[in-house]
Amino acid sequence: MSDKLKVTIDGTTIEVDKGTTILQAARMIGKNYPPAMCYYTPLKNTGGKCRVCLVKVAQASEANPRPMPKLVASCLTQVEQGMVVENETSPEVLEARNGVVEFLLINHPLDCPVCDQAGECDLQNLSFDHGKGITRYEEGRREFEKIDIGSKVQLHMTRCILCYRCVYLADQLTEKRVHGVINRGDVSEISTYIQNAIENDFSGNIIDVCPVGALTDKTYRFKQRVWFSKPFDAHRNCSKCSGKTVLWMKGDDIIRVTSRKDKFGEVIDFICNECRYDHKNPADWVIEGPRHIEDTSVISANKYELPVVSPAVNVDAKFVSE
Amino acid sequence: MSVIKLTDRIKVMERKPMSFAERLYLPAILKGMSITIKHLFRKKATIQYPEQKRPMSEVFRGLHVLKRDEKGAERCTACGLCALACPAEAITMTAAERKPEEKNLYREEKYAAVYEINMLRCIFCGLCEEACPKAAIFLQNDKMAPASYEREDFIYGKDRLVEPFLLNNKS
Repeated sequence: MSDKLKVTIDGTTIEVDKGTTILQAARMIGKNYPPAMCYYTPLKNTGGKCRVCLVKVAQASEANPRPMPKLVASCLTQVEQGMVVENETSPEVLEARNGVVEFLLINHPLDCPVCDQAGECDLQNLSFDHGKGITRYEEGRREFEKIDIGSKVQLHMTRCILCYRCVYLADQLTEKRVHGVINRGDVSEISTYIQNAIENDFSGNIIDVCPVGALTDKTYRFKQRVWFSKPFDAHRNCSKCSGKTVLWMKGDDIIRVTSRKDKFGEVIDFICNECRYDHKNPADWVIEGPRHIEDTSVISANKYELPVVSPAVNVDAKFVSE
Repeated sequence: MSVIKLTDRIKVMERKPMSFAERLYLPAILKGMSITIKHLFRKKATIQYPEQKRPMSEVFRGLHVLKRDEKGAERCTACGLCALACPAEAITMTAAERKPEEKNLYREEKYAAVYEINMLRCIFCGLCEEACPKAAIFLQNDKMAPASYEREDFIYGKDRLVEPFLLNNKS
């Protein structure tokens, strides 16, 4: 018997290693994978909190062909031999996701016109894809004061969806975590103990892992809307991190530096605070070229890419470079 | 050099010598003058703008205005959606953070410190009005961007776009 397990997701069968979760298998297939707000591949133990990745398991395994009684979180459930999973083909899943979006938005202030994350916000994309477009919620939303975490990061607790990504990041990437989630239930909040500043070389990455606009870059606050700046891949020699970053340029100015993210919105290489905050001069960087932007993203507005020339078509190389 | 015939619809022009009446030119001149004089007594197609004005449609899209809310605070929060929607790329803005003492001036914690519309680029399509999530920008149906000799005059800043602050504003 081979180590590979056969799993069918939305009618597509794929063979994966033992221990792979349904979400990872769906991402390997690469189309219609479940969304994830809290699960984050580079961070251990994330997942299982936001419930947006719920899927229906129509057949638990070859040996046990009964369906699982409830929808399961695909980021935590490991695949079994002969498992059949329904994601977007199941109306039950879509309805559940619709409800989860509504729950996530209950305390979300919907201040997208003000928020710096708008345009690259996972929650915005999620509610665009799966939300209802109306609200049934009439009660007051949670209110918090803005908190400065250190000199460079600002916390808007009102926007937080309590995904715990920043907490896991601080646990796993930095030496001494000084922030966490305090209190329980609907009064729980991300906080540092007595306004303690987060001072660590990699603390800036909590901005990148935050799926919403709760943790934002103070040096970028209200500077520019995301889609008016142009992302460039760039790198520099850095003794602390890989130095591979994305520069968000407006004209010749670097208005923001972030780490590079893959197509699932997950950071590829975490970058240090020096690269993130202290090098806003283009001469400090080796600019590799404009970053590819998915044309479904609002960031692609008013940006144009050279057409991809198929290698099958014999085009003069000179013509392409001009 | 031979001419290649592309179609069968070629008409060969006949060039006959002019007749005596045609050579006099007088009948043709009289015919032309009669048309000219007839138009003198017709209703004029033009009006004396700006003294006279034509009636405008209810849904006419003219000069922009940035509205204030019922308390007189500016509604615009510099979200940039108008500039994003603008097909002519006529709108630019710079955002700034509201200070605590400016709470009565601006409605949201972010506001447009600079907001400029280039009326030479603007095509008055009204997409900015449609995109605005804060009901801040509108195209007025009774005002047009006036003519000017200087190009700079067509870049409208907040001084000319924001609705004037009226005490006892009932609207």
